[in-house]
Amino acid sequence: MILGIDTSLGSAVAVVEPDGVIRSEASSPDPRGHAEVIGTLLERALVEASVKPSDITHVAAGMGPGPFTGLRVGIAAARTFALGRGVPVIPVVSHDAVALELLLHSALTADWGSAGGYANPDDETFAVVTDARRREFAYTLYRGLDDDGLPVRVAEPALVPRDDLEAALVQASAERRDADRIPAAMLALAAARSLAAGRSIGSVDALYLRAPDVTLPHAPKRVNLAASAERSGGRAPAPRQRGDA
Amino acid sequence: MNRAEPLVLGIETSCDETGIGIVRGRTLLSNTIASSMDEHARYGGVVPEVAARAHLEALQPSIEAALTESGVALTDLDAVAVTSGPGLAGALMVGIGAAKALAVSLEKPLYAVNHLVGHIAADILDTDAPPLEYPTVALLVSGGHTSLLLVRDLTTDVELLGETMDDAAGEAFDKVARLLGLPYPGGPEIDRAAASGDQKAIPFPRGLSRASDMAAHRYDFSFSGLKTAVARWVELREAAGEPVPVGDVAASFREAVVDVLVTKALAACRDHGVPRLLLGGGVIANRRLRDVALERAEAEGVTVRIPPLSLCTDNGAMIAALTSELIMSGRAPSTLEFGADSTLPVTEIQVAESR
Ligand SMILES: [Zn+2]
Repeated sequence: MILGIDTSLGSAVAVVEPDGVIRSEASSPDPRGHAEVIGTLLERALVEASVKPSDITHVAAGMGPGPFTGLRVGIAAARTFALGRGVPVIPVVSHDAVALELLLHSALTADWGSAGGYANPDDETFAVVTDARRREFAYTLYRGLDDDGLPVRVAEPALVPRDDLEAALVQASAERRDADRIPAAMLALAAARSLAAGRSIGSVDALYLRAPDVTLPHAPKRVNLAASAERSGGRAPAPRQRGDA
Repeated sequence: MNRAEPLVLGIETSCDETGIGIVRGRTLLSNTIASSMDEHARYGGVVPEVAARAHLEALQPSIEAALTESGVALTDLDAVAVTSGPGLAGALMVGIGAAKALAVSLEKPLYAVNHLVGHIAADILDTDAPPLEYPTVALLVSGGHTSLLLVRDLTTDVELLGETMDDAAGEAFDKVARLLGLPYPGGPEIDRAAASGDQKAIPFPRGLSRASDMAAHRYDFSFSGLKTAVARWVELREAAGEPVPVGDVAASFREAVVDVLVTKALAACRDHGVPRLLLGGGVIANRRLRDVALERAEAEGVTVRIPPLSLCTDNGAMIAALTSELIMSGRAPSTLEFGADSTLPVTEIQVAESR
């Protein structure tokens, strides 16, 4: 039984059988508040799947890309849940779950055309696009499923300024597929298929795609020049970091 | 759950130390700490995003190391404990996500507790000290906080008497070290420089210590003005083309910080008729602070308690120790519905207690 956890957009947890049968899904669309809901979602997913924690054999962790503060909550949770049960963590690129869902859906309906203009989705390149904040998108290019039933990543996850996305997609001849949620059941299914195929498919480290944001402190400020401002209530500035991504 | 002598694993990620502690009742079994301090050195202060990334990477190996050291299996635990606040929100969230999933995975109760009260609880693990007596005044000084507390009971009644209005004392050490051209972290560097200096050389100001401050800020601290005064003094010296006596500046600065900390702590003891003072937080590692506190407290008939330094800096053992006390006093676990509270008031000793 595979437990899927992803907090790269909202918070999502699912329990999936090794053969892909979805036992439960519990999620919150809130793009913040991951730490608040993760425990309750885990409990709910287990209860709704009628499984005990000891029934979990693998934990699939969504490694991003995604806003860092939230992303870390799910990765930390996946690692300690697995540690608690003595089972392995399977890292999965979060966009893979979206791609898998799109491709399975198209295979089922055999007609992606009405939804996205595809004659044959296996031949089409598409981009899973998610909000990366800071006026950027995170996107990953996919084309079809491979023999193991896993989405084929044509290019690894990357960041792009929002205004530049369309040009990037034109250049890659990729259709745009926006996602505002990561389906945890698809994340767990991707993990199940990678297990069956004996492959690893995700980075073991969080996919931040951005260096930590910090302004290096400058040389000590000349306070005498600023003394009048100080007296009138101003404060000498400390080195500042911008808010969380 | 064993309420007589609970076995608790505590997770602390409020600043730059990933702390995992394991405690059985009042006995310390492991105090495992992974610090990201070195990664912050080039920035001259803790960078929240750098700290949060480091927590994520350090958590699992630290838990494993603590289990190995204590010879405890996760399944033996009676409860999992975690810091809910105060602290850096993004850093706290890593510990909270980890603690919640661990508790659900193990089907064990979870306790979410207050970091500052944890600092007081660290004292309980000191095997050489007699039992903690109440009430006691507690002075907690670190790079993240500077607080003066009145503790009537560790698990039920902690009152905030005062705190810093701007920089924490440890932050002031870091900033003054930087303007003297000394590396991060500033505390030990200032100490080293001060060894060759005269602490009476320069009369730096004592923040919030004037008679006019006493009504509103009797127990509050301010170190921003002191830092500016040091900067101004150094600049004037440089402008005059004279060498800066780094030793004298360091010693005089340190004396101003220590003086105001000890003066206010002892005033709190006097005003509340409490002849006991507990020191905690990483800045307690500063020998001058300890020496002055001990000397002046003795003159006033106040007994000073200082936990071992490994328990004064941020750590998970204090979080486990506080939780152990909560369990022994019959408290119910927290629900799973709490988050990081970067400004959690000290009166909230436990967060989200279930009914
Ligand atoms: Zn602290």
